[in-house]
Amino acid sequence: MYVYNDFDESFVRERVAQFRAQVDRRIDGSLTEDEFRPLRLMNGLYLQLHAYMLRVAIPYGTLNVAQMRQLAYIADRWDKGYGHWTTRQNIQYNWPLLADVPDMLAALADVGMHAIQTSGNTIRNVTADHFAGAAADEIEDPRPVAELLRQWSTDHPEFQFLPRKFKIAVTGSPNDRAVTKAHDIGLRMITRDGEAGFEVIVGGGLGRTPMIGKVIREFLPKADLLPYCEAIVSVYNVLGRRDNKYKARIKITVFENGLDVFRDLVEAKFRDTRAAFTGVDQEILKTIEAQFTPPSFRTASLDGFEAARLANPAFRSWTDTNLADHKAPGYAIVSVSIKKHGATPGDCSSDQMRVLADIAETYGHGELRISHEQNVILPHVHKSDLPAIYQALRSADLATANIGLISDIIACPGMDYCALATARSIPIAQEIAVRFDELKLEHEVGPLKIKISGCINACGHHHVGHIGILGLDRAGVENYQVTIGGDHTETAVIGDRAGPGFSAEEIVPAIERLVLGYLDLRLNQEETFIDTFRRLGIEPFKAVLYPVLEKSDAA
Amino acid sequence: MSRSFTPKVVTANALLEGDAVWLTEDDRWTRDMAQAELIEDEAHADIRLLFGAAQRNTVVGVYLVDARRGPHGPEPVHFREEFRTRGPSNYAHGKQVEL
Repeated sequence: MYVYNDFDESFVRERVAQFRAQVDRRIDGSLTEDEFRPLRLMNGLYLQLHAYMLRVAIPYGTLNVAQMRQLAYIADRWDKGYGHWTTRQNIQYNWPLLADVPDMLAALADVGMHAIQTSGNTIRNVTADHFAGAAADEIEDPRPVAELLRQWSTDHPEFQFLPRKFKIAVTGSPNDRAVTKAHDIGLRMITRDGEAGFEVIVGGGLGRTPMIGKVIREFLPKADLLPYCEAIVSVYNVLGRRDNKYKARIKITVFENGLDVFRDLVEAKFRDTRAAFTGVDQEILKTIEAQFTPPSFRTASLDGFEAARLANPAFRSWTDTNLADHKAPGYAIVSVSIKKHGATPGDCSSDQMRVLADIAETYGHGELRISHEQNVILPHVHKSDLPAIYQALRSADLATANIGLISDIIACPGMDYCALATARSIPIAQEIAVRFDELKLEHEVGPLKIKISGCINACGHHHVGHIGILGLDRAGVENYQVTIGGDHTETAVIGDRAGPGFSAEEIVPAIERLVLGYLDLRLNQEETFIDTFRRLGIEPFKAVLYPVLEKSDAA
Repeated sequence: MSRSFTPKVVTANALLEGDAVWLTEDDRWTRDMAQAELIEDEAHADIRLLFGAAQRNTVVGVYLVDARRGPHGPEPVHFREEFRTRGPSNYAHGKQVEL
């Protein structure tokens, strides 16, 4: 894993010192809120409905044991004993006091972390496949490139005042687990003639105007990555609209100018940027790559693992849902569900953080990941250790066997915390999870992604959920719109709106009708919700969602 | 020509804690909306908003918002404002601890 060098260390420390002075000047009245606001946002500090919120970057979702323990310490010392994993691989603290935030940032700096550029019109935290460096289907670990992008984009002088925020995601696998097609720049590793490079996707994004990204370069050699990204952001910085906040994202720039015009401008700019990059980026990349060498995997008998599976049905069920294929023989990737039925999706207590750190230290080669699906990943676990890991997770209430199932819901904080929200998300997620747990149907239903956002900004990725739920304010009442058929993977699709929205009381029964309706519509147990939707289209799903409307139409 | 004015309160967030606060008749900021000044006159509302917004080192994001007279004092009209009087719905954090 990457360890800060002297430059990173002194830069982050200097930013903490600057922010400490800025907070002091705000509190003593030397700075007005108008002056202070952009300064606090540059350091990830928002003011929400009930309190400040500090958003801390977890670059490419990777944490070591010391970092996880420090996040727990910060939660206990300066917050209410928990943190919230977000859909962009950040952690949010919901209750910091203004005067404490510089100390929190200093505590982060102690473990090589920061909150820089987690807000504002800058290049945000670079996200990556949460199975990076471990997945069986991976071409190469994308994290060295993600770290290179982090270093390049952090405090990049040309890109501190972009027309709007800018998000980059990287995946090293053909199976896209990083939602690259819904990012301003998506980088999907592919090979050509045995050489690894990137398919470069541009102009994706959800929010008010959801768009699937378009391929701007079919194959970009790895060595050209920074100059090419710099060319894209540079063209956008000039061409992007600053007259209208809602038209300022690169997706609109690409859409309004057309991909061909935009690509020509980028390629022209790229000729300059490539010449300006002297190769120092490739030297830095080499030193970064040296810090991402895979752990020394061990070999051990799997007899105990198989015996435990036979002996304990709960353990077997958990291994059936929460494991993914690892590249090393005998190993597995463990997804730890932070979605216990009825709990707040993505909320993790400090005790749970410490248990996860302990498990990673004892059994997981010291590595942890945070997924955009708001779960915690133990990327390198030998299967012989799984029975012990399962017991440790159970003792911390972390052994829910629901990864990829209906209760593994992405939900933004919604109007329980967020100042931008138009309705609540968390209670809807809680109620859906509890309801399907009562029905004991979620394993019968199988793979199904429900994603909930509390406003059109779509932090909850509702457009790309198999079932998406969008909370709105309709004449002073919470109202929930349903979309169906979205897809967040390499075959990304924006879901179709089903029809009129539902009240807070109606939405959970509506989702229940939809899911039970699917069980009647599917060809067999193997046909997943999304496959059934693709085969039949939206009409039969609408019919189960709006039974009364159907009747009155027929009358 | 007179037109009806929906009663209002002046609200903001406290600078140091970020708490939702409301302006009282005697120029304090209260954590309890029921203690807020219910403003029933438009011209007076403008004056109170200006007064609140001038407290730049105490509060942040001052605005006027609809309210109604309740048995114990002003009550929120919109659900967002109701959440601000209470705190989040997933934990007993925030104001509901004291309620």
